[in-house]
Amino acid sequence: MLKDITLGQFFPGNSPIHRLDPRAKLVAVIAYIVALFTSQGFLTYGICFVALAIVVKVSTVRLKALVKGMKPVVFILVFTAVVNIFYATGTPIFSIGFLTVTYEGLLRAFFMVIRILMMISCTFLLTYTTSPLALTDGLESLLGPLKKLHVPVHELAMIMSIALRFIPTLIEETDKIMSAQRARGADFETGSLVQRAKALVPLLVPLFISALRRADELATAMECRCYHGGDGRTRMNELHYRPADTVFLICAILFAVAVAVLGAFGY
Amino acid sequence: MSVPILETVHLSHVYSEGTPFRHVALDDVHFAVQPGEYVAVIGRTGSGKSTLIQHCNGLLKPTSGQVLFSGEDIWSSKERTHQVRFQVGLVFQYPEYQLFEETVYKDIAFGPGNMGLPEEEIRRRVLEAAHFTGLSDDVLERSPFDLSGGQKRRAAIAGVIAMEPQVLILDEPTAGLDPVGAKQILDNIRAYHQEKKAAVILVSHSMEEVAREAQRLVVLREGKIALDGSPEEVFAHGDELESMGLGVPAMTAVFARLRAMGIDVPASVYTVEQARDAVLAALRRKEGRPC
Ligand SMILES: Nc1ncnc2c1ncn2[C@@H]1O[C@H](COP(=O)(O)OP(=O)(O)OP(=O)(O)O)[C@@H](O)[C@H]1O
Ligand SMILES: [Mg+2]
Repeated sequence: MLKDITLGQFFPGNSPIHRLDPRAKLVAVIAYIVALFTSQGFLTYGICFVALAIVVKVSTVRLKALVKGMKPVVFILVFTAVVNIFYATGTPIFSIGFLTVTYEGLLRAFFMVIRILMMISCTFLLTYTTSPLALTDGLESLLGPLKKLHVPVHELAMIMSIALRFIPTLIEETDKIMSAQRARGADFETGSLVQRAKALVPLLVPLFISALRRADELATAMECRCYHGGDGRTRMNELHYRPADTVFLICAILFAVAVAVLGAFGY
Repeated sequence: MSVPILETVHLSHVYSEGTPFRHVALDDVHFAVQPGEYVAVIGRTGSGKSTLIQHCNGLLKPTSGQVLFSGEDIWSSKERTHQVRFQVGLVFQYPEYQLFEETVYKDIAFGPGNMGLPEEEIRRRVLEAAHFTGLSDDVLERSPFDLSGGQKRRAAIAGVIAMEPQVLILDEPTAGLDPVGAKQILDNIRAYHQEKKAAVILVSHSMEEVAREAQRLVVLREGKIALDGSPEEVFAHGDELESMGLGVPAMTAVFARLRAMGIDVPASVYTVEQARDAVLAALRRKEGRPC
């Protein structure tokens, strides 16, 4: 159950998408999201869909994994669809009580759902094909210029990579503590909401204590290895920008511009 | 033989079924414990020991097969599974990480409290469990997080003992403790075993430990029971144990070598004390002989 969380999961592989520089992928994802938000009609959404389909195919990420990632957002999707169906003015099709379903509403709901699905797919594609380490390195490198404005870019990237690294560890720990308390008769599943919230105390206290202990140990371990922040720190795996990355990036940006222009004309 | 208090019948467990990470952790295991018996489960890392004992009190559900408590399936109803958790007390590896209450007393009382016992009965059990684990009264009023590692471990074990289970299962209770702390805990467990006539299942990596404590050894290999018998019978398969990455107690190995050299010493020697006695006996025999 807890093990099924796919947040920030990485599926190692060796596809061309896996091999791309994380910076190129990050920028491409942003370009793609811009393209999605400037899309207006069937043509532009169609182009976005085809582009995504090609990248998914090349990445060798299994469709099942993508669909599994969608599960948590089903509620948001349904909510968006319902709101959009009823809150648009235009040609009415039928009405239930005071609610009127319009042709425009249906179309907008459809596009909205597609937009969210494709947006999530492309971000999942990023995390599925990029190791968390490469991702934070890429982010740090991209945000590098902000250091001039005294934004603690390195520290933020470090926090992010540590957080990502510890998600599975904490999930495992939660499982373990839950089993141990269950063995003492704790019941996490039945009872009223208040009872269930109370039942969480024996789980949360040990979990927080262990998280704090881990944080403390990690800090000591980092200091023992002379970690003193980002200045002057070199890396074992430098990011190397290759010509292929440039080609991919140019394609992504051209794609976004093209979609934006088509969108501006209402296609 | 009487009805086993705990028994697994054709028990199999598969982790992550239907994914590339599919792993058969237990394969058709038949494991039975008689009331009041002291059994040790040994096996190298990943052999399925923890998986097996988590089936014994219904924390894991068998992929196939059954787990019987007093001859009845523990999964027959939800209520029964819940009740069996109090009858089969399970102490996890590094149990000190499950402490959460403000005082040691309250933490030990968590299990009995979940059983719905009256206040005086809880009090009696907490004090008795503290006595079994050698925790003094002033420790009971302290925060569990201020105790030493060994004390924390004993407080956590007391939390399970306080439920007065008929079967007490411990997963490597001495891991990471110094020899004195380890011996204390084993003595505590034995005291509970003897006074309450409870069955004990001890999971351990130390051959000396299991040879000294247990009446019966069960050896797991890749999710199957490889050997099952008295320490004498099991350690007679020294080579087989060696091939499983386990080996025999150091003293047993020394005495096997002595026997191979033609010296008349017994084979069933596991501890330093037994070795001392055996050597003294052999010397006495030799001196008695005319040169
Ligand atoms: N939650 C899980 N999901 C998937 N596989 C698991 C899980 N728990 C254990 N396993 C696998 O099942 C096998 C048996 O594990 P188990 O924990 O029972 O071994 P063990 O004998 O207790 O080992 P150790 O001596 O290291 O504690 C191992 O190969 C392990 O990788
Ligand atoms: Mg184990």
